[in-house]
Amino acid sequence: MQDRKDESTGPNNWLADYIDAWWRFLASVKLSVVLLLCLAALSIIGTVVPQNLTGQEYVRIYGLFWTQMIVVLDLDNMYQSWWFRALLLLLVVNIVICSVDRLQTSWKTIFVRHPKFDLAAFRKRQRRTEFDVDGSAAALQQPFERLVGKSFRYRKVEPTDGGYAITAEKGRWTRLGVYAVHLSVILMLLGGLIGSRFGFEGFVAIPEGDTADTIQLHGSGQRLKLPFAIRCDAFAVEFYEGTRRPKVYRSQLTIIEDGREVLQQEIEVNHPLYHQRIGIFQSSYGRADDRARPAVAPAAPSTEVALTFRSEASGMVYTRTAAIGQPIDIPENLGRLVLERYEAEADFRGMDLGPAYIATLTPVEGAPQAVILPMDYPKFDAMRRGEVVITVEGRGAEPQQERYYTGLQITYDPGVVVVYAGFVMMIVGCWVAFFMSHQRVVVEVTQRGKQCRVMVVGSANKNKSGMQDTTARMADRLADLANGREA
Amino acid sequence: MPYNSLVLSITTFIYGLAGVLYIFAWIFRKPVAGRLATWVTIIAFVANTFGILLRWVESYQLHSGYGYAPLSNLYESLVFFGWTIGAIYLWVEYRYQNKTIGAFAVPLAFLAMAYASLSPDKSIQPLIPALQSNWLIAHVITCFLGYAAFAVAFAVSIMYLIKSGDEKRTGTHAGLRMPAATVLDDITHKMVMFGFLFLTVGIITGAVWAKQAWTRYWSWDPKETWSLITWFIYAALLHFRMMRGWRGKRIAVISIIGFIAVLFTYFGVNFLLSGLHSYA
Ligand code: HEM
Repeated sequence: MQDRKDESTGPNNWLADYIDAWWRFLASVKLSVVLLLCLAALSIIGTVVPQNLTGQEYVRIYGLFWTQMIVVLDLDNMYQSWWFRALLLLLVVNIVICSVDRLQTSWKTIFVRHPKFDLAAFRKRQRRTEFDVDGSAAALQQPFERLVGKSFRYRKVEPTDGGYAITAEKGRWTRLGVYAVHLSVILMLLGGLIGSRFGFEGFVAIPEGDTADTIQLHGSGQRLKLPFAIRCDAFAVEFYEGTRRPKVYRSQLTIIEDGREVLQQEIEVNHPLYHQRIGIFQSSYGRADDRARPAVAPAAPSTEVALTFRSEASGMVYTRTAAIGQPIDIPENLGRLVLERYEAEADFRGMDLGPAYIATLTPVEGAPQAVILPMDYPKFDAMRRGEVVITVEGRGAEPQQERYYTGLQITYDPGVVVVYAGFVMMIVGCWVAFFMSHQRVVVEVTQRGKQCRVMVVGSANKNKSGMQDTTARMADRLADLANGREA
Repeated sequence: MPYNSLVLSITTFIYGLAGVLYIFAWIFRKPVAGRLATWVTIIAFVANTFGILLRWVESYQLHSGYGYAPLSNLYESLVFFGWTIGAIYLWVEYRYQNKTIGAFAVPLAFLAMAYASLSPDKSIQPLIPALQSNWLIAHVITCFLGYAAFAVAFAVSIMYLIKSGDEKRTGTHAGLRMPAATVLDDITHKMVMFGFLFLTVGIITGAVWAKQAWTRYWSWDPKETWSLITWFIYAALLHFRMMRGWRGKRIAVISIIGFIAVLFTYFGVNFLLSGLHSYA
């Protein structure tokens, strides 16, 4: 770059300047700070605007105009939108160019055989310790070297006017820590990209005893044939004593390739099975016979549902009956409730609640709210902490012995190894970048008549106050050593 | 009330007492109260530890197969938050030998515990299968160590803003019985580095757990996204510091913003962004 600046004339001068300006822009920490803050600010949008709903649902929430804006700006699938990805790409370019730019100078510091110590600069440092001892400088050299070498691996002795300087250092490689951190960011993004390009995610439900080799992909809903078949030999669910809270559920699976059974394994939540790098995860379950029925026709015991309302304010309990779709006013002016539908396997944050009614509660003041009323958990609605606790009369009966199906998530993600490599590198890199440093010390001994003057001075690229303490401690020990020999 | 909740309620009061003592010692210049405050904080921390262990033991006695490390719901995480703030604060006091920081940091431990005690449901609930994972334990511990370091950084940043204003007005470094502004700046930076490392490990262990339990290491749900937002803010802070001249006030302000993001990740997401349902 120096050469470029010197030739002040020439046809390519403006081009060189131009490239140089871009390079400096793309290598700047200012850009990275702006990018990080932009990414932070823009990520908020995706947490406020619900993602991946249908057009109609957006229109209902936001109206037509804003729905159009949402669609035009890809806000309905924002983290996959072109502009979010462009921002991430810019971050990657920023990191790469910044690293290349800085490595040019750090490289020489890090990968040298004989690091240079600028003795004149060390002598000028404010924080140095000096003391005098009796005796000859030469006699001190060996013991001093040995003591310095205890905590600094690299050591060299340079002759100086009237004496010598022991130069030592350690942790040169720790300067690579930040590069590891930055590389790890790239690895994670790359791994994510590989996963979304070449991987797949799908679902299959297999009734006990059945075999399946085709899954339904998430998103597109297309069907995909696996290179092997999965047979569900058995499914079991255990509940916590006296509740319907599942404690553990597991499937006994057999993997079948070309008609041959190649693997038999039990899986449960948190303990998936991998075969041909395809992951098989226990994700849900249900009664095989319920599923057979059409989802719209309620499998509820009756069309009249018995409801109880407990008012939090008065403690009074009221009972009412209602049919699906028929609004009822809750006593004490607590609002209005409409039972929307019945679900045989209601799901709440991944937890199977069993049979439940989904209802809409409209308080006198405030927005309508969806509430789940599971038949087997009468206290569930209390968690909402509303003014009224609503209960649907439960079936009370234990689930009979029925045939279950097991719900399996099937995923293939070749990017995971890359992402995990990034994880490890990020943690190690941060540790090195934050808590380790490149430290140097110089111990200079100069003969002055019958005495020697000893100077101890250190420097570090980080945690400078810590290094001062280290240097001061070393000076003490050197003084003790020199005086001890004297006595 | 089960014993663990009782112990933890008492802990709340002890933290409150410690905070009051630190503030008293600071405002009225009473070193005796300061020394007492340190001991009271240590007692609160020990009681906090004991309460958590007791809850752990009681979870095993409750029913067969209920037992789990108490780190799995809002109440338990708040109690653990109090514990991590106590631990990190005590370390800072020991390291920097200054009790004024206690007047700002220990009330945060008290607030975490007080908010925990407002939880409507403190009962021990058995874990659903997805939560039965050692990765979850690693995830919670590391996240909350990070959050607590950010909480202390937040307290020290506020002190910095007060102190640097005072130094400008009076032209001395001796006012307010606080460490010099440069020292406060240094503590903020150290706490942010510590917090950033632990938040990083927290997000990563969370991702590994999500991969095992829900098949995906990252799915952009609001909680995940907000933890990433927080992480971006603190990453920006660390880079701000490396640009020439960015010290002190601006760093303090970003550290305060960062802690607001932490609080939003922790509470706001539960109450404002969970869509149609408002179950805690
Ligand atoms: C998500 C993205 C990023 C993360 C998590 C990250 C993280 C880090 C960390 C942890 C440090 C060490 C800080 C310290 O020692 O206190 C650091 C230093 C640094 N980062 Fe980044 N960084 C990111 C992006 C970038 C980008 C895009 C640039 C481009 C200019 C950049 C430039 C730097 C520089 C110049 C340093 C200082 C290196 C030194 O001390 O010699 N970073 N980064």
